Amino acid sequence: MNDIATATRTPVLAARRLVKTYGHVIGLDGVDLELYPGEVLAIIGDNGAGKTTLIKCLTGAEIPDEGELELDGKPVRFRRPQDAREAGIETVYQSLAVSPALDVAANMYLGREMLRPGVLGSVLRMVDTKTMRARARAELSELGITTLQDVTVPIENLSGGQRQAVAVARAAAFGSKVVVLDEPTAALGVRESNQVLDLIKRLRDRGVPVILISHNMPHVFEVADRIHVQRLGKRAATITPQTHTMTDAVAIMTGAMKG
Amino acid sequence: MSAPNPSASATASTPPPEVDLAHEFLNRKTPMTTVRAVLHRYPAVSPAIVLVVAVIVFGLINSRFLALTNLSLISQQVAVIGALGIAETLVILTAGIDLSVGSAMVLSSIVVGNAATGLGLPGPLALLLGLVVGVATGFINGVLVTRLNLPPFIVTLGTLSIFTALTLLVSSGATVQGNQMPGLLTWTGLTVNILGVDITYGVLITVLLYVVVSFALARTAWGRHVYAAGDDAEAARLSGIRVGRVLLSVYALAGVIVGITAWIQIGRDFGASPNAATDANLSAITAVVIGGTSLFGGRGNLWGTLLGALIVGVFRNGLALAGLDVLYQTLAVGVLVIVAVSIDQWIRKVRK
Repeated sequence: MNDIATATRTPVLAARRLVKTYGHVIGLDGVDLELYPGEVLAIIGDNGAGKTTLIKCLTGAEIPDEGELELDGKPVRFRRPQDAREAGIETVYQSLAVSPALDVAANMYLGREMLRPGVLGSVLRMVDTKTMRARARAELSELGITTLQDVTVPIENLSGGQRQAVAVARAAAFGSKVVVLDEPTAALGVRESNQVLDLIKRLRDRGVPVILISHNMPHVFEVADRIHVQRLGKRAATITPQTHTMTDAVAIMTGAMKG
Repeated sequence: MSAPNPSASATASTPPPEVDLAHEFLNRKTPMTTVRAVLHRYPAVSPAIVLVVAVIVFGLINSRFLALTNLSLISQQVAVIGALGIAETLVILTAGIDLSVGSAMVLSSIVVGNAATGLGLPGPLALLLGLVVGVATGFINGVLVTRLNLPPFIVTLGTLSIFTALTLLVSSGATVQGNQMPGLLTWTGLTVNILGVDITYGVLITVLLYVVVSFALARTAWGRHVYAAGDDAEAARLSGIRVGRVLLSVYALAGVIVGITAWIQIGRDFGASPNAATDANLSAITAVVIGGTSLFGGRGNLWGTLLGALIVGVFRNGLALAGLDVLYQTLAVGVLVIVAVSIDQWIRKVRK
């Protein structure tokens, strides 16, 4: 039923028969993927199934050997992470890619600072700290991140969950098309994990489709609308939390069950 | 600018966040953690305190210390180290180290002196040539660090020897006296009376460099990228910052500052000597470290370095006026460095 509903819509992001090899090692062996508007798509798979390689190809960190990417139905090619970012695909890396000594607002705008209007910005390249802080505050409150009141605090003074929240908020602020989260709860405690899962739901509610890579089955089954099961460099199946159990998902991952 | 007080807004406008007792216990506030947090956020506070205390103590020991002529002398002694300290701060903020700024500065000054006397170039052209040499030294360091991915310590250890050898090659070991040069080259040694204190133009140039570079570091996108690149280079790269380019710009700018410092040095010594300022490089690093800039990169600022340079100058001058032997000056500077780095390590524990 789900398939009938989604078949008529254009995927926001689609991958067709992606192949990526590293010497003799096959990372991706003709994998397909569709991400539809407003959904959370989880990607699960055993170690070495090609989750990370798939994500890297979707976000410009790797260039696939074969296959096509489509954004809103139009073919795209990403040669660098910046290409994907400029196309509206934001990635939250497992390492978070935040600068610990810089404050929250500076981190949210790191690499794309807003400059002061007029000569101050165009000639002197002065950053518009005031506006960036105001926007950072607005973005955080819009995402319902209440634990972060002060955007002038250095990142290193924050807890793991708060750092994750900053990284997700940064992706949400700039990810106009897709937000990709790589193991966002792997390093977090129970309470902080729940906050991040809530954040993912709020992102979806804002209409931003999310790709979530995770090893944590309960987390995946809590937030995902559909689950892409990766096995041996291919898509073994796409399932939903309604039609399959966690045991089924693990069985498909390991090859004990056909998808 | 008008950031709301976090505790005030938390209680006033939003429901109190969940209380996590374990978290609260680990983050409990004691006077020591408060001190550490303040120093962590404003690393220039501790050198500022040291400087003020040192000035008071030396002033009490010998009243001549606070005489205007003595303060003028200290400012001249600090000008060259202070200017080199700017270049050194930039490199250290990127988690690098530059062992070659001192030898590059001497090379640049020797080129200026010999261009004016040997080649007979007019003053402005000789200065321009010196500036080009300065930029070239920084650029070479930058290319080796960013393109060949060599550690800055090794690169600048090598270029230190190379620049020293070039200095001897160009000068044949001879000093160019100030009275043989065009007046412009020694202009930085002339004084102007500001509020009763004789300040050299060299000192004014150093102050101007501090204002300009400090602005660039604190207020421009480039400055943020310098901090981010030094803090966590991989995070900066993933954030879309071209780390290699930022590093190259830092070394090149360090070269510009080295070229300008050569001019200040010629005015200060009234000549260009291949044997001048042999301890300038280590003194510059000392100033940066005492000023609270972390050798691990991404933390610190230029005003701390200025304070660090002043502390070194004040200690040397004050101990000399107190009648102590030079060896005690050197001893004191050594102790200062170790204390400063210890404080940095202690402050960095806030991270966890």
